[in-house]
Amino acid sequence: MLRVDAVSTGYGAVQALRDVSIEVAQGEIVTLVGANGAGKSTLLMTICGDPRARTGQVVFEGRDITRLPTHEIMRLGLAQVPEGRRVFPRMSVLENLLMGAQVAGHDPAPLLHQVFALFPRLQERQTQRGGTLSGGEQQMLAIGRALMSKPRLLLLDEPSLGLAPLIVRQIFAAIRELNEKEGLTVLLVEQNANQALRLAHRGYVLVNGRITLRGAGRELLAMPEVRDAYLGGGH
Amino acid sequence: MMPQALKDAVLTALVAFGLFAPMVGLRTDVGPSGALVLRQRWGDVAILVGLAFAGRLALLAWRAARGEPRPQSTARAEAIRRAGRLVAPLLLAVAVLLPFMPGTGRYELDLGILVLTYVMLGWGLNIVVGLAGLLDLGYVAFYAVGAYSYALLATTFGLSFWVCLPLAGILAAFWGILLGFPVLRLRGDYLAIVTLAFGEIIRIVLLNWVSLTNGPNGVSGIPRPTFFGLTFSAGGGPGSFADFFGLEPSPSHRVIFLYYLILALALITNVISIRLRRQPLGRAWEALREDEIACRALGINITTTKLTAFALGAMFAGIAGSFFATRQGFISPESFTFIESAIILAIVVLGGMGSQIGIAIAALVMIGGFEVFRDLDEWRMLVFGLVMVMIMVLRPRGLVGHRTPSVALGERRMISAEHVAEGHG
Repeated sequence: MLRVDAVSTGYGAVQALRDVSIEVAQGEIVTLVGANGAGKSTLLMTICGDPRARTGQVVFEGRDITRLPTHEIMRLGLAQVPEGRRVFPRMSVLENLLMGAQVAGHDPAPLLHQVFALFPRLQERQTQRGGTLSGGEQQMLAIGRALMSKPRLLLLDEPSLGLAPLIVRQIFAAIRELNEKEGLTVLLVEQNANQALRLAHRGYVLVNGRITLRGAGRELLAMPEVRDAYLGGGH
Repeated sequence: MMPQALKDAVLTALVAFGLFAPMVGLRTDVGPSGALVLRQRWGDVAILVGLAFAGRLALLAWRAARGEPRPQSTARAEAIRRAGRLVAPLLLAVAVLLPFMPGTGRYELDLGILVLTYVMLGWGLNIVVGLAGLLDLGYVAFYAVGAYSYALLATTFGLSFWVCLPLAGILAAFWGILLGFPVLRLRGDYLAIVTLAFGEIIRIVLLNWVSLTNGPNGVSGIPRPTFFGLTFSAGGGPGSFADFFGLEPSPSHRVIFLYYLILALALITNVISIRLRRQPLGRAWEALREDEIACRALGINITTTKLTAFALGAMFAGIAGSFFATRQGFISPESFTFIESAIILAIVVLGGMGSQIGIAIAALVMIGGFEVFRDLDEWRMLVFGLVMVMIMVLRPRGLVGHRTPSVALGERRMISAEHVAEGHG
């Protein structure tokens, strides 16, 4: 479904990704783990065209999207939940959700129904401002907002960031549900390697802008290198 | 508490001394022999420093007495909203009936026209600053473009006001886009500086391009608008408004006509802004104000969203500008200085960014108040500044700081500004 082929990019003189290749097949959950600054978010952003890949190619559903402008890429059937949630603080929950459906051009009502079924909390809070929600609710809102464009591929950037373990479990359960029931393909970027790799069908490990390991989620979790680097004591 | 307040007040007094000692304390006068003599006025400085000291102490005492600001209860917010619902129709009724109210003379109508011009400019700038969140300090440039468009088209080609009005709007919108392109990547302070420079560039070009604009002498003899071809000549005569309707010729007809014209233009601006806010484009503007990166992630085209905001805001300024030109009959670059941009921006900010009714009230208070305090002469600016400071201290989010969501399922509820800290929205 998505193929990132030998992509390198960076910010100014700083090289952030070197020759990165990953693949996400239809119906999969793929997790990208790595330390701070390894280039996880950059890879996600490069798929969306900001920053652009300097070399290499990004192909989504057979179409080369490497040179497309960001706003056109986001209309092709992929949606992103940005790092740090980034809900619109002064707009109501409902307005936030409708912003997600804006460019898709379809009737938002059935999707709204679906999002409220997945996160009943959002329905309760629909008139509240985005900025007044708790962290977990904001994460739900950010995911709900991305789902409103009816994506086939969902890019999630650190959904567990700053959330209580219980809430993280809820969010991950929701991701699994979306994948199993709706057949949504998910590319997940996480520092919380333990839970993220458990959830994933396959995973990649990114170190200093390079892919160093790849494999099935549970396999990676069992590897001593991964355990030492990302699971050592922390989680 | 007390020693700290004293320390604070002493510090304020010191700052005041530092400021006032050179500015007020020392003064050069022309002496009897024609040479400059230095006059010292330490008494005045002492009074001013004392005032600053006492004022600071009073402010601190008042703050301590008031305690922590309480979050506004929903009930109170609800009551304000209900009252607010009455304010808009009431203001509109007064605005419509003003020319026929007893005691309304030429002066009141002229003031009304002035206030309404600023209401329209405020509503126009609100699209750029209040909705899209793009801080524009050079808004007067588009007002100038509109005014000069009409003035030059009318005096050179003899085009009528009604043809020029949309043309001026389009030309100003075009300049809005022209400004928008280079500043697409800028936000906040950086954007403010570039727009400020843009406003000055337009004014200086108008001042120096003498062959086109007649430079500092301005453009005079700008034709007055007609009412479906009927003129408003003071003497009546065939083809005039008074003659056609069988009225006694009176110069007040034109003033009343101009008053209703600007009222209609302002109301059109209002209706378009309100409608757009509920459309996807308006929602995209507000989302852009809140978080540009999230907008990108949602596939919003940032370029067109920003450019439409600049273009529409500029268009309304351009239309207001051509109205200004036809009302004055004479324009010069002097009317389009930075202070105009600052006043319009102040109206938008004091009114509560994004609130239509708040901006109307702020324009009334600022422009009307400026006239009311005319007798105070040079103290006027001081009072004016004081009022602005008071509004910002008492209502930091502007007069109408809350924001009503543009969509709701079922009952519409208001979101009180008090629930989100300053700087969060």
